[in-house]
Amino acid sequence: MKQKIRIAAGQGFWGDLPDAPVRQVEGGPIDYLMLDYLAEVTMSIMQKQRSRDPSAGYAKDFVPLMKQILPACVERNIRVTANAGGVNVEGCAKAVREVARELGLAGKVRIGIVTGDDIMADIDGLLARGIELRNMDTDEPLSTVRDRIQSANVYLGAGPMVEALDRGAQIVITGRATDTGLTLAPLMHEFGWAPHDWNRLSAGTIAGHIIECGAQASGGNCQYEWRSVPNLADVGFPIVEAAPDGTFVITKHERTGGWVVIPSVKEQLVYEMGDPREYITPDCVADFTTVRLEYEGRDRVRVYGIKGRPATDSFKVSISYSAGYKAVGTLVYSWPDAYDKAQVADRILRARLDRLGLKFDQILTEFVGASATHGPLAGRPSTDLPEVQLRVGVRGEDRNAVERFTKDIAPLVLTGPPGVTGFAGGRPKVEEIVAYWPALIPKTEIVPRVEVIEA
Amino acid sequence: MHVQLTKLAHARSGDKGDTANIGLIALSDEIYPVLVREVTADRVKRHFKGICKGEVERFELPNLGALNFLLHESLGGGGTLSLMTDAQGKTFSTALLRMEIEITDQEAQSLEVG
Repeated sequence: MKQKIRIAAGQGFWGDLPDAPVRQVEGGPIDYLMLDYLAEVTMSIMQKQRSRDPSAGYAKDFVPLMKQILPACVERNIRVTANAGGVNVEGCAKAVREVARELGLAGKVRIGIVTGDDIMADIDGLLARGIELRNMDTDEPLSTVRDRIQSANVYLGAGPMVEALDRGAQIVITGRATDTGLTLAPLMHEFGWAPHDWNRLSAGTIAGHIIECGAQASGGNCQYEWRSVPNLADVGFPIVEAAPDGTFVITKHERTGGWVVIPSVKEQLVYEMGDPREYITPDCVADFTTVRLEYEGRDRVRVYGIKGRPATDSFKVSISYSAGYKAVGTLVYSWPDAYDKAQVADRILRARLDRLGLKFDQILTEFVGASATHGPLAGRPSTDLPEVQLRVGVRGEDRNAVERFTKDIAPLVLTGPPGVTGFAGGRPKVEEIVAYWPALIPKTEIVPRVEVIEA
Repeated sequence: MHVQLTKLAHARSGDKGDTANIGLIALSDEIYPVLVREVTADRVKRHFKGICKGEVERFELPNLGALNFLLHESLGGGGTLSLMTDAQGKTFSTALLRMEIEITDQEAQSLEVG
């Protein structure tokens, strides 16, 4: 058994720095590259893409990335875990297999395919059996939006990925798997951690949490002494250097920018946290109040002491459903009296929408430059502001009403207060809203599947 | 004396649906108990008046010198439903750092603020 495993984060979200994974592979020694592609509503976007083109429905960028790094990964035995498969894991795996063959790596690469997360086809059966899939936030039963569901996927944990690695997969591609599982699975595979070794599983989970947002742990978006963070233009993404006992060090490649300091790690630890004693994943319940941090050198923070508890008997389900339409329009008002002018323009716009009799579920006005982020906490805006952006959004079930709203923004330039600009982008775009419905499902209802194919 | 939290702590915030979370991290071990005493859930609820429409919950992480706050009903519906510029609650962290708390002169001296 190896005494040290290095897992590098390559993407904090779908659309993160395109070169980051390449730099993690080229910039120094690593054993694993983990790539998190799926945000909460990504699955529904992929579902839409697949309904137009049956070969689509996964993170397309992943395939050219593999083309670029696969030869180096094979040569140095770097393995990849990625939830790039979206709603078409097989399609993604086949595309990667094609790339491997083109590179002359036929017979040299095994690809693990993890499925079983997609429960879209089973929804009616589940509801009929009394599994209500109530919204975890609002407690409403799923039946209230049944006819508007676009995708439904269970968050799978590390287990099936471990199986794929055990069977020799060099690249493991999943659909909706947890981002923490992408880091935990390599550790369970390499160190032989048992599926009920709750403390170590929690340690691997927290390691995953620290690196899953990429550079947010290594100097990006770091509020602590932000002016002092070195060379963010060349920021190094975080790396977990883990030991079999469940302790690990957060670090990054030498000669990269950013920093790994205790405050940057703390900021990421508390990111998107609920009850810190109960960070629930499919694999375990991790306790963030047990985490200990200490310096082990420059850009090296040692993490130890982590405890956890048994996993729950449910999986979380990520369901997406159509929830109407929205549009956001903006105009910029300049000095003098920028804020007053923007306020008057807002009142004129609302009077016109009223006169048209348009109904919306919500109209929201913000004054960017005055109060959009901190609201009343920002205090009364100065009368001397150089400019204010008026930003008005509407949301509703009626597409026509939202469409009509978009035609009333630009006319304010000739029919409202003076000193206005910023309309060059044309009419605002009407967007279909795909909303997120989190629910729980008994684990006994789900059968994860693992397949390993040869390139 | 009054002191603004930005002199005592750093923070990061994020979202879960319509709930914003703010992790408030003391700049030193000595500051943490002052945060525990002064930055209560009630105080945070009042600070975010007009922004947070639901409850505020607070959790303590003495191991990190940090407090975690959940501000329910704060993100205009949350996720893709929200029309807000900051639908993900990313700037709630700095909004909390605007808060002024009361510390004793002795504390001000030993914490080297003021």
